[in-house]
Amino acid sequence: MKVLRKRPALSYGSPIKRREFLSYVAASASIVTVVAACTKNDNGSSNGIDLGDGDIGILNYAYTIAQLQAAFYIQVINTPYSSLTGDELSLVTDIKDHEIAHREFFKAALSTSAIPPLEFDFTSINFANRNSVLGTAKTFGDLAVSAYNGAGRLLTNAGYLLIAGKIVSVEARHAAYIRDLISYGSFADNTVVDSNGLDMQQKPTDVLATLDPYIKSKLDPSHLPTL
Amino acid sequence: MNLQNILHEIEKADPEIYDRIDSRRKIMHRFKDLGGKLALTAIPLALGSMLNKAYSQTPPTNIVDILNFALTLEYLESEFYTTALGRPGFIDPTETASFTLIQQHEAAHVGFLTTTITSLSGTPITKPEFDFTGKGIFPNVFSNYQQFLAAAQTFEDTGVRAYKGQVTGLMSNKDVLTAALQIHSVEARHAAHVRYIRRKNGTSPEEKPWITSNSTDGIGEIVQSTYVGEDNVTQLGIVLTTLQNVSNRVATEAFDEPLSMDDVNTIISQFIV
Repeated sequence: MKVLRKRPALSYGSPIKRREFLSYVAASASIVTVVAACTKNDNGSSNGIDLGDGDIGILNYAYTIAQLQAAFYIQVINTPYSSLTGDELSLVTDIKDHEIAHREFFKAALSTSAIPPLEFDFTSINFANRNSVLGTAKTFGDLAVSAYNGAGRLLTNAGYLLIAGKIVSVEARHAAYIRDLISYGSFADNTVVDSNGLDMQQKPTDVLATLDPYIKSKLDPSHLPTL
Repeated sequence: MNLQNILHEIEKADPEIYDRIDSRRKIMHRFKDLGGKLALTAIPLALGSMLNKAYSQTPPTNIVDILNFALTLEYLESEFYTTALGRPGFIDPTETASFTLIQQHEAAHVGFLTTTITSLSGTPITKPEFDFTGKGIFPNVFSNYQQFLAAAQTFEDTGVRAYKGQVTGLMSNKDVLTAALQIHSVEARHAAHVRYIRRKNGTSPEEKPWITSNSTDGIGEIVQSTYVGEDNVTQLGIVLTTLQNVSNRVATEAFDEPLSMDDVNTIISQFIV
């Protein structure tokens, strides 16, 4: 700080009071600290991978869900249960492809603000067993719907909100189909739709808590907006 | 620079300016706050961005108007299923439970929207008189089960697009926005199920629970306006087909598209007497 005081900037910056300037310097210094912390977190230590704040944070949150679903469905198609054939294979493959498209879209949209590729833990899922796979698919699908429904209010950019709307209805179509595969007619039963005819909506912290056992990478959602 | 004079001139040109942005007092407050923080030259810029915000979009549609628009759709869907379920033996017995569930949801949406509109001091519109034959689109909609399914698919897919088209107009009321999103995804679940029925029963064997490109899945040109624009592959300026492992088909399926209120009204006006 002593070095900074000697800088000529202070002499020609007369409209800025010295105290204000120093507080500005202090703020910059703390930004540098945060950036440094983020870099450290990205390497997997302390608080985990920072999803970021504001709309970027919500998009990274959506990117997290897309990465998870893409990784899950890729595994489903790579190690199919024995009855995953014909009609079912065709439509489940579609879902895999949609999730990859969502993942790649978020990666491109977030660009340098994107979180890194995440590691997942699917050891609790028996990919050879249809019930295990479809049960997990149902959990992920319904959760994605509730996540987007709950995140809409946290977005400030109308364009991002519209994107969320474009994706959530496709997630709802997936969830409905998977539910019909498990139990025909359960596409929108009363475990997901309430007496007002409303689907579920959840806060990011609740969604991430449910997903935690499946995500090996440590995430830091602490800067996500709340409302 | 005299801010009061500028505001006075704007008021003369647009008496509704304060409906578009803040009250005059609030604006003065905002500039007072800004004045303390910004150089004086920054004020025109701030004023510009504020006015740009107010005028760059079409005038903000009243939230109650949006909810009444949604209510019209829900009236239509609710009465449609009620009528079909009221015809003994018409609906495939394996689907009676599903259509009963869907009908219950649509009726619940009618009730929920009515309550919400009233709570916002609005007046819920009265139910229009419907003609589900759509002036010839589905001439035997309650005697030909295939036509009933085609109409159900059209209404549900239209409903999904209609809600999607209004979400950004609801951003000023977070609770209403969230509720609209919650209805929107239920409509998508309904649409997926109806589409799956048509695939399974052989009506449209290639049809999927999701929408491929702008296909009507065999229903035909008569309902094309419900699917126009669903072939879009550009999202936030990103051409999805340039991404790794994303085909044109997948790009259209993975994102549903909105419809404007005008486009939806044109579609449903065919079913209103």
